[in-house]
Amino acid sequence: MTRAFSRLSLALVPALVALSGCGINSVPTAEENAKAKWANVQADYQRRADLIPNLVETVKGFAKQEQAVLVQVTQARAQATSVKLNADDLTDPAKVQRFQQAQGQLTANLGRLLVSVEAYPQLKSDQNFLALQSQLEGTENRINISIKDYNEAVQAYNTTIRTFPSVVGAKLIYGAQPMQPYQAVSPNADQAPQVKF
Amino acid sequence: MRALLAVITGVLLALGAPVAAQTFPAANGTRVVDAANLLDPKAEQALDAKLAGFEKQTGRQFVVATIADLQGYPIEDYGYKLGRTWGVGNKDRNDGVVLIVAPKDRKVRIEVGYGLEPVLTDAYSSVIINTAIVPRFKAGDYLGGINAGADAVIQQLQLPPEEAAARMQAAEKDQAGPQRGGIPFALLFWLFILIFLVLPAMFSGRRGRRYGRGPIVIWGPGDWGSSRGGWGGGSGGGFGGFSGGGGSFGGGGASGGW
Repeated sequence: MTRAFSRLSLALVPALVALSGCGINSVPTAEENAKAKWANVQADYQRRADLIPNLVETVKGFAKQEQAVLVQVTQARAQATSVKLNADDLTDPAKVQRFQQAQGQLTANLGRLLVSVEAYPQLKSDQNFLALQSQLEGTENRINISIKDYNEAVQAYNTTIRTFPSVVGAKLIYGAQPMQPYQAVSPNADQAPQVKF
Repeated sequence: MRALLAVITGVLLALGAPVAAQTFPAANGTRVVDAANLLDPKAEQALDAKLAGFEKQTGRQFVVATIADLQGYPIEDYGYKLGRTWGVGNKDRNDGVVLIVAPKDRKVRIEVGYGLEPVLTDAYSSVIINTAIVPRFKAGDYLGGINAGADAVIQQLQLPPEEAAARMQAAEKDQAGPQRGGIPFALLFWLFILIFLVLPAMFSGRRGRRYGRGPIVIWGPGDWGSSRGGWGGGSGGGFGGFSGGGGSFGGGGASGGW
């Protein structure tokens, strides 16, 4: 009796190992990875939003005539920071798109501001402005990179939940939905504002 | 299937970059990778010694790379991938820096690892580039520009003396002990399982019944004795060759052109 039981429990080992091949671990791992990458994207966007008030103030000091652009940037920033996207909503195309649009709007307006700044040589040589400019440039760069990393993680996750054997666990245990890759939507939003020295 | 295709195309579109693989020069175990041949061997050696000394003192890794051709990529894009490929910096602290010079594209960049972004900020990297490096490059003085830039970066990244001493001690201890960590815990764990649970279960018929119902354990400490933590990137012995510690990059730093 005991002997039979221990034989049985030994046979259970490979069964459990096989089960763990069905995505019990790999699906949540890939999902958490993508979510963590998404957190990075949001942190980088937040970093950009934090830079903007300073930038607006600095530009205002030199270029009062650009009031219209400054207001637009400020509004776009308010709009972009009000649209939040939870990691759990990453499977919802509509929500992801709303977030993309708000951020894309801000990107476009920022680009316009940086172009209009070209007309003010004094501003362009201001130390404070130069520092802000390099920070903004670095932030746009970070955003690009974290988006790429996120999209790679999403691709890996979507592949995991659609391929054998992990598809078994993904469907039966987790009911996993594919996540949305992040795309730049508004015209030229995929390009960081050109900053020339 | 169509949905899958849509997802894949979406990802490719979002990546936005040509799909062709980027190629990077080999790291070759040195901290100065002069793929564009801007430096003579002697200057290269001196620079390498300087960077090795910096690494020994702070545990941070600093690599200078000259790139013959950026293959049409923006230097920002090239930079972080190069840093990740070489794994400059420690894996846990992500404290690597790469100074990249692309003479053909007339671009220079200081790429800063995640962990050093608060110390070597974008704004300060930009100042280094625009005051120390670019003016010399404009005059055609590559060696001078690279050296001045490297000095400025090193100066900014020096540790406070007491912290530097602590890290150096830790590094030496790490190199001295040949039997670092001894027998890994994970191995002991599995050995224990094997001897006390699995084997008795197998032979339970012959040898008493006490162990017959041992619990089935199919997981355990995942870390199979990779006892070498922390100092992955340390110089093998004193001023030895460079090996990346697995540090990662996320776009910190600044670029410039001349």
